[in-house]
Amino acid sequence: MSETPTQRLSEDDQDEQRPVSTGAESVVRALENAGVDTLFGVTGGAIMPVYDALYDSEMTHVTMGHEQGAAHAADAYGVVSGDPGVCLATSGPGATNLVTGIADADMDSDPLIALTGQVPTSMVGNDAFQETDTTGVTAPVTKENFFAQTPDSVGDDVGTAYALADEGRQGPTLVDLPKDVTQGDADREPAPAEAPETHDPPEKADEGAVDEAAAALANAERPVILAGGGVIKANASPELRAFAREYEIPVVTTMPGLGSFPEDDDLSLSFAGMHGTGYANMAVTHTDVMLAVGTRFDDRLTGGVDSFAPEAEIIHVDIDPAEISKNIHADYPLLGDAETVLDQLYEAMPGDPPADEWRAQCQTWKAEYPMDYETPDDEPLKPEFVVEAFDEATDRDTIVTTGVGQHQMWACQYWEYTEPRTWVSSHGLGTMGYGLPAAIGARFAADEEQDVVAFEGDGSLLMTVEELAVAVREGLDITVAVLNNEYVGMVRQWQDGFYEGRHMASEYAWCPDFAKLAEAFGAQGLTVDDYEGVPDAIEAALDYDGPTVIDFHVDPQENVFPMVPSGGKNGLFAMNAEQLEQL
Amino acid sequence: MAGGLEGPAPDERPHPEGRRNEQGIRIEQEAAEPETHRALLSAQVWHEPGVLAKVSGLFSRRQFNIESLAVGPTEQEGVARITMVIEEHDPGIEQAKKQLEKLVPVISVRELREEAVERELAMVKLDVRDDPDEVQAVAEMCDGDVVDIGPETITVELTGTESDIDAALETFERFTVREVVRTGTAALASGAEETT
Repeated sequence: MSETPTQRLSEDDQDEQRPVSTGAESVVRALENAGVDTLFGVTGGAIMPVYDALYDSEMTHVTMGHEQGAAHAADAYGVVSGDPGVCLATSGPGATNLVTGIADADMDSDPLIALTGQVPTSMVGNDAFQETDTTGVTAPVTKENFFAQTPDSVGDDVGTAYALADEGRQGPTLVDLPKDVTQGDADREPAPAEAPETHDPPEKADEGAVDEAAAALANAERPVILAGGGVIKANASPELRAFAREYEIPVVTTMPGLGSFPEDDDLSLSFAGMHGTGYANMAVTHTDVMLAVGTRFDDRLTGGVDSFAPEAEIIHVDIDPAEISKNIHADYPLLGDAETVLDQLYEAMPGDPPADEWRAQCQTWKAEYPMDYETPDDEPLKPEFVVEAFDEATDRDTIVTTGVGQHQMWACQYWEYTEPRTWVSSHGLGTMGYGLPAAIGARFAADEEQDVVAFEGDGSLLMTVEELAVAVREGLDITVAVLNNEYVGMVRQWQDGFYEGRHMASEYAWCPDFAKLAEAFGAQGLTVDDYEGVPDAIEAALDYDGPTVIDFHVDPQENVFPMVPSGGKNGLFAMNAEQLEQL
Repeated sequence: MAGGLEGPAPDERPHPEGRRNEQGIRIEQEAAEPETHRALLSAQVWHEPGVLAKVSGLFSRRQFNIESLAVGPTEQEGVARITMVIEEHDPGIEQAKKQLEKLVPVISVRELREEAVERELAMVKLDVRDDPDEVQAVAEMCDGDVVDIGPETITVELTGTESDIDAALETFERFTVREVVRTGTAALASGAEETT
């Protein structure tokens, strides 16, 4: 069977909209109608009818190594493209393997739709082979899920799930597809993708509330903007930039907000929180009015709630009413779409904040708490250097994905993000192994000329390394940079700081030869031990038309600073180990 | 441990005096944490499989303290009404309402205050060894009805507000109580006002 989808289609010729005849065809048609062009999945028994219907579709299906990889790839596809990514899996273990990826999307408000096979309706509840209560299992980690009832209505469910994943605060949805429903005869086309009436996200904020918030901000002596991932989700980066520059307000981002505001702008203070920059954490600690846009005030950002922006009035712009005053009380709640509300605020500002001194103070903090590190030639390679070298060797629109751990923090700190949708990571759930499958999903969503670089840790990469087979099979031009310290580094760092250096279960002391592993998969594999080798390896990876894994043997003892201990005060971050001990 | 950056130490930095409470509200140093109180929520939901699980799962995973939950169909086909009694501080009640409203199958949510009519039904099963006449008398005193009499047991039905039922059950404690069942509070807005 070597024929391409296009060849298969040509046999059916002119019948571009052949009426759907089964539930499975209705599922596929609903996806096509919604504009889906790429799916990530793993086949299996109960989902086979849907895969069979995909045989005649022009949509691209990427066969992943593991369902978790399918969910992460679809998630990253959604982050980069802005449209819901689609993942498929069979019932039982297929569905449960998706759950980590769905939960990840839920925490980060990433648009994702998961389609899962299910045992036939008549067997549901009987503990049939590969049966799991998928809607039950995924209810807490989806915006909404559906158990498909009939072949005629199943396409409507898929359309509704797609619209729900996309509209308002984005997030994951799931449709569980019993085999009798997908195999059964359907007599009608699926309805157009529409969210239910009960889902009615706000668009424009109340004008009176906007005026009050604008007045507070215009009178602020120490204003700061906190730009969250919602700015990027709402495509509001241009509005954010215009607003901040017009009123000259310093900008701090959250971790998911990286790229919403260019970090090479003088007004940028980079990102705040546990491993944020000292200057960002000083600014959020000392501000008197904070304009927070599209953020849920995660604990890794706020540190202890009692000391978060303790003297600030908070203007909170969000599309989800339940985020208002959930963690941090909003003095000025502005419900609406970030793009629209930032425009409203721009118009409503009665003047510029009197903040000359504050802006100077922020610049002073930048000088006082620099992100500078030493690179002595006689010591092991610093992981920070690898991140910076990649940043310098690539264009501004390069997409960075990461796993979770120390490497992820260095990728936040030492890459200068300037464009939205170029930073793809697992923020809220903190899923190790996210980076490689995310790079695969990002590659399919990115423009051809955009580079895709996955920073991974040695431990993190090993959790999803099977997806390298997919990258090779699909001929994907991605680079996986392993910042290999042979440790579960972030855990080791906490053990150093808070558990008297007792390295329980965090020392690998041995890792596979990642370059050889890459070669065994059919990818290019490189190893770098010192500073000299870094530029050549990066060049070789970028020049290679296919996947490359570079195993960077970095300083195994390097830890991530600045650091705010869990629940600590942002303004009392530690710049180094000695300062951490004083806290 | 390696790594580290240069900069003034934490104790060399200025730090503001203000603070926030657990709800993220800025407070004076001595202000007390808000107290919890009973709140009555009424929600209209799609009457379909899984809705109750989604609602109860939400309350459980977000750690809202739920005292009772009653659900049943309404005058509209396809719509059910859920009445919930929760015990929370004011920010928690607001948050519970907003999280409920966020569920796709939830049509509307409202907190019912003083203006609501509330009823709960309870049944109490007593040993027949107790004096049947006295049981009857106490049941009448509590506006209850004897709904079942057997060779060993008498079952009394009680209807009233949650606190009426609490008081009545306390009265029945003088007898030998075998089992108690309560439905949880159901409520409607009083007068012509719509509940949700």
